[in-house]
Amino acid sequence: MKLNDMEKAMLAGEMGEPKRWAIDHQLKVGRMFDAADMVPVSQAHMMADPESIGEAGTVFMEKMAEHPEKDRRVAVPMITDPRGVDLNYYRPLGQTEEMAGIERRFIAASEKLGILMTNTCVNYQTIMPPVLGDHVAFGDTGVVIYCNSVCGARSNFEGGPSALAAGLTGRTPRYGLHLDEKRCATRRFVVKEQPKGLTDWGVLGAVIGRMSGSYWAVPVVEGIEQKPTSDEMKHFGAAMASWGSTPLFHIAGVTPEAQTLAAVGGDKLKAETVSKSDMDALRSNFGGKGDKVDVVVFAAPQLSLVEMQQVADLVKGKTLAKKTAMLVCTSPQVYPDAARMGLVATIEGFGAKVLQGTCFYQQYAREIGEANGWKRLLSNSAKIVNILGGYGYQPALASMEACVESAVRGEIV
Amino acid sequence: MSGKVLKCHVGIGPKVRGKALVADDNFSARYDLDRIKGIFSRPQHKLAGQSYVDVILVLNTAKGGVASAWMLYEMKSRGLAPKAILFNAANTILAQGAALAEMTMCDRFEDGDVAKLFQTGDELEVDPEKGEVTILSRG
Repeated sequence: MKLNDMEKAMLAGEMGEPKRWAIDHQLKVGRMFDAADMVPVSQAHMMADPESIGEAGTVFMEKMAEHPEKDRRVAVPMITDPRGVDLNYYRPLGQTEEMAGIERRFIAASEKLGILMTNTCVNYQTIMPPVLGDHVAFGDTGVVIYCNSVCGARSNFEGGPSALAAGLTGRTPRYGLHLDEKRCATRRFVVKEQPKGLTDWGVLGAVIGRMSGSYWAVPVVEGIEQKPTSDEMKHFGAAMASWGSTPLFHIAGVTPEAQTLAAVGGDKLKAETVSKSDMDALRSNFGGKGDKVDVVVFAAPQLSLVEMQQVADLVKGKTLAKKTAMLVCTSPQVYPDAARMGLVATIEGFGAKVLQGTCFYQQYAREIGEANGWKRLLSNSAKIVNILGGYGYQPALASMEACVESAVRGEIV
Repeated sequence: MSGKVLKCHVGIGPKVRGKALVADDNFSARYDLDRIKGIFSRPQHKLAGQSYVDVILVLNTAKGGVASAWMLYEMKSRGLAPKAILFNAANTILAQGAALAEMTMCDRFEDGDVAKLFQTGDELEVDPEKGEVTILSRG
């Protein structure tokens, strides 16, 4: 890979050990993906929940934080994905002091690097959305797919270590979605059933992700009749990225790089239909009427203020079933607004709990499931139902309205 | 067949030897594994119930989230990790995780589908620097 003088100095250790580690890591990855050089990034976003980093990742960060401040400080604004422990509410969930301890240590180390602990996977709604053509180094697949597709920014999936490396060097290897040619459509899908509501958008994303099937596939979608909202795009992208490891989609006439089908090369591709039966087939894997529900979860991605209001409106005047729990995960940016506007009080008055700065599947889902006897989980997120099977849950999927009604009755309506 | 050398793209990590565990399926450390027990745990996965520890995993592609990058490092620190992973197509996350964990990873084989090139039980030598995998003996 071609390096400029500053990058060579980093590699030689002249700018300190953290930057030397970082650029060495980036060169290893860049080589595997044939990067010609590095590209400067404007922001980095790191996924690093305690369950995935463990003791090893925590010690790694603590060692990084021991270096002199001038060496360890990130070079560009760097923010974080949801944490695994809401430090104001973890014992009631069955989370342990050991889990909270890892969380506290990791946060302390990150802050020493100048990382902003935003703890959110909806930074594109709440922090600083990137702009068209903006090169960034984002973690969390939902963040990357939204920013690539809806904002027209340029990012690969950057796992925690690589996002950290990008934050330290202020650049990332120029491969994958930083290149024009990798952003052209490779699959063309024609939607026959208009999605209605967040869960439908999630299901459509999941179906297209599963059909696309690889990080290197870029779907372009036709046939969407109504402009989706940011929350709908959020669920669509998060589900697609989860089911397909897909980092970028285009919707003809909606997303900025695909104002026409031809603009992303979609006109040259064979059209494949996504029908109602494709969507029903995916839904049929997740729960049935009358099944008992142990826990209802609204998360993945964290809820926007608008979704918080929707949940609050639905639960108002109702009571949660005795043997069912309900958790709502939102960002630390949305939470104070939702509290100020009375939405948190309404949701918690129903019997649910609002968590801030976490996301259910990133917070030791297996352990909290076992501690609370939660097995049958219901959510409106097509992403979360995909993940939690591996964590010992029997996940079910329903709209936000049906989730709340099921929470009242204790069984799927 | 033994001694057969298969070419792939230049990869990541050290040269390693080990036994292959092959499936026509995909991989996510978060979605598919019980990392405490060291087994595939997602019931729908073709390797469900099998140990991934110290084997050379051979799978189609990487799925799902970014967490796998930290997870490979964490798994390796506890000695409950595969020796190497071979894919038809890796994604960026798994490559980044391999770079941090110093775990061997290669993809893009010239002769086609890894699920057909390799069999469970094959003794393999993976040389990511050269972009070569040698089948030392058949399983």
